[in-house]
Amino acid sequence: MNIKNFRSKLFSRAALRGLIAIAIFLVIWEVGARSEQLFGYRFPFLGLVPPPSDVFVSWGGLIGNPSYWQSWYMSFLRVFGGFTAAMIIGIPLGLFMAVNKTFYGMYFPTFEIMRPIPPLAWVPASIIFWPTQELSIAFVTFLGAFYTIVINVLGGARSINKQYLQAAQSMGASQWDIFRRIVLPATLPSIVVGSAVGMGITWEVVVAAEMISGGGSSGGGEGGGLGFFIWSSYVGGSYEQIVVGMISIGIAGYFSSELLRQLGGLLTPWLKTR
Amino acid sequence: MDKSMDPTTSASSSEVSSAALTMFRLSSWLKSPRPYLMLIGFAAVLAFWFFSVEVWKLPRFVDMPGPTEVFTEWFSKEPYYGLSVYTPEYYKHIGISLRRIAFAFFLATALGVPLGLFLGWSKTFREFIFPLFELLRPIPVLAWVPLAIIMFAGSETPVIFLTFLASFFATTLNTMLGVESIDESYSRAARCLGANRWQTFKHVVVPGAMPYIFTGLQISIGVAWFSLVAGEMVSGQYGLGYLINTSYMMIEYPKIIIGMITLGIVGYTTSAMVRILGDYLMQWRVRELALGDN
Amino acid sequence: MSTVITEQATDTVTEGAIRIEDVVKIYDPDGAAVMAVDHCSIDIPAGEICMIVGPSGCGKTTLLNAIAGFHDITSGSIHLDGELLCGPGQPEAVPGSDRIVVFQNGALFPWKTNLDNIAFGPMMAGKLSKQEIYDKARSMMADAGLSGTENNYPGEVSSGLRRRVEIVRALMNDPKVLLFDEPYRALDSLTKSVMHEALLEIYYRNKVTIFFITHDLEEAIFLGHRLIIMSSRPCKPKKIVEVDIPHPRDYSVLTSQRFREIMNEAKDVVHEEAQKAFDAGEKEG
Repeated sequence: MNIKNFRSKLFSRAALRGLIAIAIFLVIWEVGARSEQLFGYRFPFLGLVPPPSDVFVSWGGLIGNPSYWQSWYMSFLRVFGGFTAAMIIGIPLGLFMAVNKTFYGMYFPTFEIMRPIPPLAWVPASIIFWPTQELSIAFVTFLGAFYTIVINVLGGARSINKQYLQAAQSMGASQWDIFRRIVLPATLPSIVVGSAVGMGITWEVVVAAEMISGGGSSGGGEGGGLGFFIWSSYVGGSYEQIVVGMISIGIAGYFSSELLRQLGGLLTPWLKTR
Repeated sequence: MDKSMDPTTSASSSEVSSAALTMFRLSSWLKSPRPYLMLIGFAAVLAFWFFSVEVWKLPRFVDMPGPTEVFTEWFSKEPYYGLSVYTPEYYKHIGISLRRIAFAFFLATALGVPLGLFLGWSKTFREFIFPLFELLRPIPVLAWVPLAIIMFAGSETPVIFLTFLASFFATTLNTMLGVESIDESYSRAARCLGANRWQTFKHVVVPGAMPYIFTGLQISIGVAWFSLVAGEMVSGQYGLGYLINTSYMMIEYPKIIIGMITLGIVGYTTSAMVRILGDYLMQWRVRELALGDN
Repeated sequence: MSTVITEQATDTVTEGAIRIEDVVKIYDPDGAAVMAVDHCSIDIPAGEICMIVGPSGCGKTTLLNAIAGFHDITSGSIHLDGELLCGPGQPEAVPGSDRIVVFQNGALFPWKTNLDNIAFGPMMAGKLSKQEIYDKARSMMADAGLSGTENNYPGEVSSGLRRRVEIVRALMNDPKVLLFDEPYRALDSLTKSVMHEALLEIYYRNKVTIFFITHDLEEAIFLGHRLIIMSSRPCKPKKIVEVDIPHPRDYSVLTSQRFREIMNEAKDVVHEEAQKAFDAGEKEG
């Protein structure tokens, strides 16, 4: 049944239409990028971009290159580090703000004032403050996910139906029981949503931080991460590799978010039944 | 949610003058502990900054500019590093960033809202276009930086393009979700009452999606600042991101903090403006929510 | 199906007779065919209040949606005043302002004021001037006791009031048929009884055919000329109960001897079907 559903989805009209649109997009890109050779006239914008066929050839050449995979590894490491730190600090902070009114009153306004400062504006200050470049990138990455996670956890915990708490109290639950068995699971869906959104921002920030700081590790080069891979491809003039880098980051970001969503689905099975 | 059956009470409750309401809210806010807790919070953070950097001179913290240095520079008539509220250069940075944001944001709204509306409204259109949209969306906007520099000449257009791109994705997606969120019975009711497809679009789809559109615009203005700063740091002349980055290069550290705080203030103000516009356009929602509170 | 036409219903009304013949509706989402309506035939004379009674989720709404033109039928036919709405060659009816639905959760547009909501239908048709439409809307609101709420948004008034506005919005278009989809389901029983009297009052002034879905037996007997008790999935008329209490009715009817007799007559059948639906574990919808 499941497989049948999947197959009917795969060959459905919707999928076909999507593929047609993507194919047309690729053709326009290819023709546009080769417009100078084909028509002797360079299309605006598109004429300056490497054509998809060249991108795939260049990608094929990189698949066997360990330094390309090293970039993946470095970026993943940074995303994972910053993101984990944001979860470890952000979730308890959000929950604590939700349950303690005084703490909320004192620090939520401060938090709200800091939030509009884009994470990347922190890059220079972060480089000054932290002893290594790696740590400063990690800090900025952390900030990217941190705000989103706190806001979501706080919102989720504050919107819990009061009747759940009253029901638990009337059945004799202790404060800890209420926190552990009501507040935490009821906030879980918001934690999942906040994490998935935060993961997206984390990738944005890592890429930019790698570009701005020139690869993080001293001297850049091999251990630079995907953001630096794009930047050094630009500086080195190999434009196909820029697009390869963009697609790689897209794939990496998509799978990180998808992984989180799947994980979140496992943690919140009650949400599946409508 | 339960409101009085008597129509006159509900009618008069909405006629309380907004000035009186604001005064009432202000006075009850001042009577609550909230403003004082807020001030304690601010003071605590400022004190920590001051003591850790200027008094205790903790390791690492001591490299940072302290609050005294930052605020003296910021409000000085003759700033040491040449940047304060009295120098025209400060306003030039703000103005140029704002101009880029305005341009990108309006373009993204003008293209993203209609695209989102049509994506949500027409299934055929969505089936064709949405997969392509979803294919491009996971690529972080900032990964477009070099390609944007290659595609668009100069240093101004790439920055605006990046800012536009971030806003555009947020606005389009939220508008589409907004159309999908509209209860089917509204469009059914409209068809029952004799509305044709276009009338349904105008009277049901557009206003029904409005709350989501404005949520989208709030996100959109946020990510616009996010990418603008990155864009300005990498390429571009003037602007707050540029200010922060060059101040770092020139080792004029207090200017970094001034730039950051200014970004926060300006960013907050723009998103408040979007929110106010949304409330103005959606009176029905404001009134509904106001009643829900009571 | 024998139909005893209730006299007072057809006195003055000549339009709005619905003939449902042998209608079948099968849902087939992913190859799992679900029969929602099974060879259903109902004849509703013009101007009758016809109450369709059945447990939640039995497929009554499917029938209503077919009449309104929200989805197609698998076979059979539905006629309005002898004209084909849907049937062979025309699986889906075209929605129109001759048959207006009053929705379960209400479908007043929250972004339009009550007055703009009521003026919506004629404004769309564009046959009258704006001035004429709004004059008519105001006077209809006054007739229904809705004066003073013209400039409120639906979200600002009570849910009972919203339902009244929605009915007036429908009547603005001079429909032949009003289709009610359990409109009072979410109201408490006290508000409900007020709404019932208000609905009857509106009906006595503008006689239209009313196709009214409900699972509340008391509501059905109080309002209806006739009860059509439906079987649980698939949906099919199981028993028809004539309510021979004369119109106009008011709240005192509820305590009358005849009301209780009819109640007893209908109750067992309804309960049996409710039990069947409950055992099948149908999700309400």
